[in-house]
Amino acid sequence: MRYLPKSTAERRDMLAAIGSKSIESLFASIPEQFRLKEPLRLPAAMSEQEIIDYFRARAAENSGGYTSFLGAGIYNHLRSVVTDSLIQRGEFLTSYTPYQAEISQGTLQAIFEFQTLMCELTGMEVANASMWDGSTATTEAVLMAERLTRRHRVVVARSLHPEYRQVLDTYTRNLGLHIHEIGFDASGQLDMPRLEAAIDKETAAVVVQSPNFFGVLEQVPQLAELAHAKGALLVVSITEGVSLGAVRPPAEADIVAMETQSFGLAPSYGGPYAGVIATRDRFVRQMPGRLAGETVDSRGRRGYVLTLATREQHIRREKATSNICTNQALCALAVTIHLCLLGKEGLKEIAAQNLAKARFTLDQLESIPGVRRAFSGPFFNEFAVQFPRSVKMVNHELLRKKIIGPLPLGSSYADLTKRALFCVTETTSRAEIERMAAAVREILSKPV
Amino acid sequence: MTERIKKAGRHISQNEGLIFEQSAPGKRGVEFPPLDVPAIDARTALGAAYAREGVAGFPEVSEIEVMRHFTRLSTWNYAIDLGMYPLGSCTMKYNPRVNEFVARLDGIATEHPYQPQELSQGCLKILKLLLECLAEITGMDTGTLEPAAGAQGELTGLLLIRAYLEDTQGRPRKKVLIPDSAHGTNPATAVIAGYEVENVPSDERGQIDIARLKQIVNSDVAGMMVTNPSTLGVFEQNIAEAAEVLHAHGALLYMDGANMNALAGVARPGDFGVDVMHLNLHKTFSTPHGGGGPGAGPVMVKKILEPYLPIPVLEEKDGRLALDNQKRKSIGRVRAFGGNFGVLVRALAYTLAYGPGIRQATEDAVLNANYIRKKLEDVYDMPFNSPSMHEVVFSDARQKKNGVSTMDIAKRLIDYGFHPYTTAFPLIVPGAMMIEPTESESRQECDLFVDAMRAIAEEAAKNPELVKTAPHHTRVSRLDETAAARKPVLRWKPKVHGS
Repeated sequence: MRYLPKSTAERRDMLAAIGSKSIESLFASIPEQFRLKEPLRLPAAMSEQEIIDYFRARAAENSGGYTSFLGAGIYNHLRSVVTDSLIQRGEFLTSYTPYQAEISQGTLQAIFEFQTLMCELTGMEVANASMWDGSTATTEAVLMAERLTRRHRVVVARSLHPEYRQVLDTYTRNLGLHIHEIGFDASGQLDMPRLEAAIDKETAAVVVQSPNFFGVLEQVPQLAELAHAKGALLVVSITEGVSLGAVRPPAEADIVAMETQSFGLAPSYGGPYAGVIATRDRFVRQMPGRLAGETVDSRGRRGYVLTLATREQHIRREKATSNICTNQALCALAVTIHLCLLGKEGLKEIAAQNLAKARFTLDQLESIPGVRRAFSGPFFNEFAVQFPRSVKMVNHELLRKKIIGPLPLGSSYADLTKRALFCVTETTSRAEIERMAAAVREILSKPV
Repeated sequence: MTERIKKAGRHISQNEGLIFEQSAPGKRGVEFPPLDVPAIDARTALGAAYAREGVAGFPEVSEIEVMRHFTRLSTWNYAIDLGMYPLGSCTMKYNPRVNEFVARLDGIATEHPYQPQELSQGCLKILKLLLECLAEITGMDTGTLEPAAGAQGELTGLLLIRAYLEDTQGRPRKKVLIPDSAHGTNPATAVIAGYEVENVPSDERGQIDIARLKQIVNSDVAGMMVTNPSTLGVFEQNIAEAAEVLHAHGALLYMDGANMNALAGVARPGDFGVDVMHLNLHKTFSTPHGGGGPGAGPVMVKKILEPYLPIPVLEEKDGRLALDNQKRKSIGRVRAFGGNFGVLVRALAYTLAYGPGIRQATEDAVLNANYIRKKLEDVYDMPFNSPSMHEVVFSDARQKKNGVSTMDIAKRLIDYGFHPYTTAFPLIVPGAMMIEPTESESRQECDLFVDAMRAIAEEAAKNPELVKTAPHHTRVSRLDETAAARKPVLRWKPKVHGS
């Protein structure tokens, strides 16, 4: 087998050196009745070419050739060859968690750069070096707020991604946390009067997403003021990081939980991506996840180490801030490289392109009789529209034209039937937008 | 002494600052196709209250500078591609490159989980085949591929136990039993699942103490989390009996599958009484560790736990695969979207490369560990001498007499061209030295490692200072971790002029 570096003779010699008669004898500690007598029923071993052929065949059964207008937490942005080449260097790809600082300075310095970039993006003072994704980062941010405030009520925006809310529910259900959901108004923003009434002295955190699930930006300074007035913390969840190239960062928040997929990571049918938690310096000891810190070595040279490990499970066991161990380090590295390539100018330009394309698309759609914008609030690259017909029907017809249409909001929000969420990024061409809009016009012009 | 170091030489180690220190206004490393719709600026589009004038602290560098910067950083890392990583419990094996290739294919890397399921049949078939392979390898009935890593697998597993107990017995019970040899994630996870942790001491052989277990188990115990083979690298002789004791009291047996590399193709947890377990695909199934992730932690279960599996659940209807998000008894969703799909693709590519021959990998892993044990047991102390499987645990008891600790020996290994083994774990072995070579090491590499370990043992006896001040050949040496934690510097900041 090509992955195994031993000849039959070498195996025999090694067994002899051990003083064992057979390889079976090395497994004698497994009680006889549990030792397998038959080979496993797995597909027959494949060569490299056969493996490639298998996956090419599967790839051909997916969405090749379709234009998509889906976002909703996963965004199709330009990715660079440079990033993907660099993360495939064996010294990054095949290295372990950098516990041994002397031979992990590459990973550690890159983590330190990641933490810096995340602080700059979010307006926070400190950021960790990755959570599993945006949904678990948001959940961990809530658990962190609970530890910081010692309160047990959480006010959550209904406009937080439905799957993020489900994850939050799964985690908190058994921990004595009470979730109170708050709706949105006609702008698509959080219903402020309801929010104000919902926050009380037992509220640990107010959790919002901005841009929210409908693509609408929230009024972060005002939300922070409402939360802080009652001693609660404001947690801002961000699914579309590219928005931060054009949108004010949530600097008034106490904890920012972000999904970084937009920065150079492929959609890859749901993962792997990298979440991140960023917060204030004074909260760092309650933050979950790994942190790299700057220090000096025995000869005074600058270097980096994993630090504040007394928060973590391998030291604190049941008293740890989280059970996270393996995180998404290589994804965080890709994000770091991608953001360095973008730089100040690139991030601004890509954000401006998204703003422009999304507005162009909305204009095209609003010119179709019966189609109107669902919410009036400011948006980045996603927006919801209302159709005069069912979204399911429109999408079904669009598929015939090789277009994957917008996400129907009705499946997660019973009060938003006939509404659909469009996402348009720099990767969508004007021609594709116009073709989609023309198709929607044609579909809606047909008699019911 | 240094002439004894056969594997490692010295190579150029280039100096490289932080990327921020190379920034100059106006440079960039990426260009976009021109905008093909009317431009609009952020202030106009969003209003002044929402708009941002760019990110102040971002670096401005060209493509070649980014390429050199990260390439130089990479040369400061050790990696599996450079040599053996004898990290016990971590299973640092070869990461086949075809896995990387297929995970990046158009039609695999490009897919969105919300696209219509009729346009996702390829992705879903990959998930189905992987789940079937994992069920066969573990002897379990079914499972979920959702969890993002081992620790999330553990949480998912405990939530399944919780849901099962609530559903069938009306209450989730209170406690989870965890042996003192367990990974730190086990107790940390139990707390997040809403359970109290009761630590269970091992017996004098480092095994589950059945007599003790019988005394402890009562109607408050929801289950027990057992790592098998244990973190001592030893098969739990009494695992089936432990399962019986737990089952007799209505509790379930969870297996931490971190050490599945010792069992694949040889024995199946489903056959020895395990009700639920997780696998670490970044260990046993060769997906790259990437400096700390991403991984994946599928959870495999017996039929009794199937109704509670997290959503989405993969189902087949009329020959078409679909993800079902409406399971009444499900524990809910543990992670947004479909799990770390790209990692699952790599794990399937690995499984397909071996097929039933995966047994050979297991045999070689166990052979390597026993070979190293045999070659080192006369110079290092073995606190438990039970038969080893895929890893072997020594202690620094002999070297400690000269003031040389497991950490010193580990650091000295770096000079010999190896990554250190796992130090100070499991906790039941003071001064533990936990060595797991995996099947990926040739006899030559194992011999070099043995030579290095024997040489260090000699150094520890004759010249302990040399070991205690190691490593001597690295870029930086013995970084000040105390200072790093006392006054944390966790981000770069521009130097303020005039201050």
